[in-house]
Amino acid sequence: MDKDLVIIGGGPAGLAAAVAAKEAGVNDLLILERDNKLGGILNQCIHNGFGLHTFKEELTGPEYAARFIVRAKELEIPYKLETMVVDISADGDAKIVTYMNREEGLVVVRAKAVILCMGCRERSRGALNIPGYRPAGIYTAGTAQRYVNIEGRMPGKEVVILGSGDIGLIMARRMTFEGAKVKLVAELMPYSGGLKRNIAQCLNDFDIPLLLSHTVVDIKGKERVEAVVIAEVDEKSKPIPGTEQEIKCDTLLLSCGLIPENELSNALGVEMNRVTNGPLVNESLETSVPGVFACGNVLHVHDLVDYVSEEATQAGKKAAEYLGKSEAVNAGGDKKIVIKAVDGVRYTVPSIIRLDHMEDRQVVRFRVGAVYKKVAIQVLAGDKEIMNLKKQALAPGEMEQVILRKSVLESIPDLSEVTVRVKTD
Amino acid sequence: MQDIIIIGAGVTGCAIARELSRYKLDVLVVDKASDVCEGTSKANSGIVHAGYDAEPGTLKAKLNVRGNAMMEQLSKDLDFSFKRNGSMVLCFDEAGKGTLKRLYDQGIQNGVKDLKIITGDEARAIEKELSDEVTAALLVPTGGIVCPFNLTIALAENACVNGVKFSLATEVTGIEKKGEGFVVKTSKGDFETKLVVNAAGVYAAKFHNMVSSEKINIIPRKGEYCLCDKNVGGLVEHTIFQLPTKYGKGVLVTPTVHGNLLLGPTAVDIDDFEGVNTTQEGLEDLLKRCALSVKQIPSRQIITSFAGLRAHEEKNDFILGEAADVPGFFDAAGIESPGLSCAPAIGEYMAELITKKLPAEKKENFVATRKGVPSMALATPEEKQKLISENPLYANVICRCELVTEGEIVDAIKRPLGATTLDGVKRRTRAGMGRCQAGFCSPKTVEILARELGKDISEICKNDEGSEFLEGYIKD
Repeated sequence: MDKDLVIIGGGPAGLAAAVAAKEAGVNDLLILERDNKLGGILNQCIHNGFGLHTFKEELTGPEYAARFIVRAKELEIPYKLETMVVDISADGDAKIVTYMNREEGLVVVRAKAVILCMGCRERSRGALNIPGYRPAGIYTAGTAQRYVNIEGRMPGKEVVILGSGDIGLIMARRMTFEGAKVKLVAELMPYSGGLKRNIAQCLNDFDIPLLLSHTVVDIKGKERVEAVVIAEVDEKSKPIPGTEQEIKCDTLLLSCGLIPENELSNALGVEMNRVTNGPLVNESLETSVPGVFACGNVLHVHDLVDYVSEEATQAGKKAAEYLGKSEAVNAGGDKKIVIKAVDGVRYTVPSIIRLDHMEDRQVVRFRVGAVYKKVAIQVLAGDKEIMNLKKQALAPGEMEQVILRKSVLESIPDLSEVTVRVKTD
Repeated sequence: MQDIIIIGAGVTGCAIARELSRYKLDVLVVDKASDVCEGTSKANSGIVHAGYDAEPGTLKAKLNVRGNAMMEQLSKDLDFSFKRNGSMVLCFDEAGKGTLKRLYDQGIQNGVKDLKIITGDEARAIEKELSDEVTAALLVPTGGIVCPFNLTIALAENACVNGVKFSLATEVTGIEKKGEGFVVKTSKGDFETKLVVNAAGVYAAKFHNMVSSEKINIIPRKGEYCLCDKNVGGLVEHTIFQLPTKYGKGVLVTPTVHGNLLLGPTAVDIDDFEGVNTTQEGLEDLLKRCALSVKQIPSRQIITSFAGLRAHEEKNDFILGEAADVPGFFDAAGIESPGLSCAPAIGEYMAELITKKLPAEKKENFVATRKGVPSMALATPEEKQKLISENPLYANVICRCELVTEGEIVDAIKRPLGATTLDGVKRRTRAGMGRCQAGFCSPKTVEILARELGKDISEICKNDEGSEFLEGYIKD
């Protein structure tokens, strides 16, 4: 089978990318989704708070997804469900995508362009290397969320949560609503990895204590979790002897970070960013393999789905440009500007800008590595300051962005490097 | 009345059961766990040792070399993963070279083939990631790696197909002599039998001492491990040992037969016969020790850690055979390393002793081979296509990390001695063994288990009773 564009993943990123590509004139496209419905992880995010930026209203996860699903259906975008992409490789300019499903068996598609929208997974107990027994009752927050919101089942009644990522915070409230006792949330870092609003609405409102600089050092119970031992950690994240306390519980939820799922990107040999664990991309969200784009949580972990949709829309448009379906902004030329992340800025997406492909406004997203108060985000073009944004507070849990203007970058001769940094003085 | 009751459905018990299933005998295997392979057999290094470690003349020495020689053919007959990847024993100083030479001589005496002592540089030429501290190494081409789960499961399934009965979730609470035979008391009632085979791992001393006045003592010796992602499975090709210590073979760095990288084990004697918890100190210690062998330990790539207990017998050798003062009671006790490597040979050895005691005819219809659960991950595109065309469930991916399909999971549940638990599915198919550690697939696997077993999902356990995943409905 031949296709102009294959979109791997039918979650928020894949849907927005597909809609944008179709609207830009790409008709020969296909979404491949491994689950039994479109919408991805939003389907189990039944809490509200989605869409404030995109639709200026508060939606639940399924409602937010539905907006895009409806649009995809209006545009008659073809999709396949319960379909797993098992391999992707390059053959000249073509991308060979192999997928599998019950109806068709193993199918090979030759695609001119591909958008990677595979999302991310949660860091497991094993990856955290938490010592102790290996009983039932240890779940990542997302797995527990699925049991509660999709299956209508309770994973346990007395809960300790390790990690203050957003899904963990949401699940603290959700489990409380359903009658469980959430005893505490322990966070290894001296700050939370989640959004401020989630700490307020999911923990503070329910008197659930958040213990910063704490971790789980032992898990007890041979068949089912019976207790966990938590301890305070020092500045090197090492448990401090003597601070251990045993907390009786039947469930340990883990919300300790998300990891982009780039197995297919790696199979294709896409260059990766060691900080984000996602592909390195240019202004078009195109990876090091021409015609292969990435967006959403497979590229870097987002805090809000609204930004995923915005980013994916850009990827869809740019994929359409690549396919020659719409006028490239400024074809020809290959002048590259590298964006460097320094002084507290951990990474940027994109990390390369080709001026000739750049639109008038380029969103550059990033996260910081620590909590800052009363600082500025400074952008330097070469050594010239082109932006200085005062910030009351910055935190690793919240994604930040700056918008670069093409006219500004063009006005600086021989520009090869833009630097984004936290200015603390 | 049974002819034979085997206590313990680990690799030793299952290997004995499979050998005995060649004969016209009524054999029953009992185990307290809800599945086979739930004790020492599931948490070890998965190594098929060459046989240079054991003191010449011991049962360990004799059966290791034999077991190693049998493993390849057995892996073909019973369809489990085995690879002869070779091993190396590293030495880091002058003093160690004497020990290396002793291992070499011992190996020659035990009948290990193709052993060679090489220099540190020669070792690094073969394994580029070995540390610069390595001064010499023993190269052991006959060493191998095996899937310990599927070796045990394959033996059990094949025994089952050949008429051996299994009573799982059956805890033996007492053994009494009755006439010429025994009464084995269990949580599921009393069983009478002519012979008893004690293959109870760390509990073997407990059962032996119930009937024999010649007491034995088995100490659980804990070993902790870290398992790394497949993306670093190629760090080394050989199994990399260090010189042995008084507690055993020391730590190793090895690829697994499935392509992960395994680090460990520690060796600490403990009192708790169920103490399979990992510890902060243990995990730190093993990483520190492993770091001697290779330039860099990929500790960021760890996907899980686990601990197993070795059944260490004081006298440091296997106890195989009829208890001197209890006719009809056969021990297969003290089976610590190289017990996995020896298992096929122990099965053969024990079956010979037992059939001398209780002569029986061989079956004409013994089925010597078994097909495992097909693996979509390992299948060629043509094989994939064929499996899917026969059963579309082979196209429905459940475990994305290890590419395990619904077809494989259903097969694992429906086959003889099929999986009834999440861990049972995991060990038979690898669903949940990958980098996300069952985050995505466990709800789906639980659902398939419930559907196929005609249960509600709240009844599905991780392993034994009490390890249910769910606690009722929301708003309960």
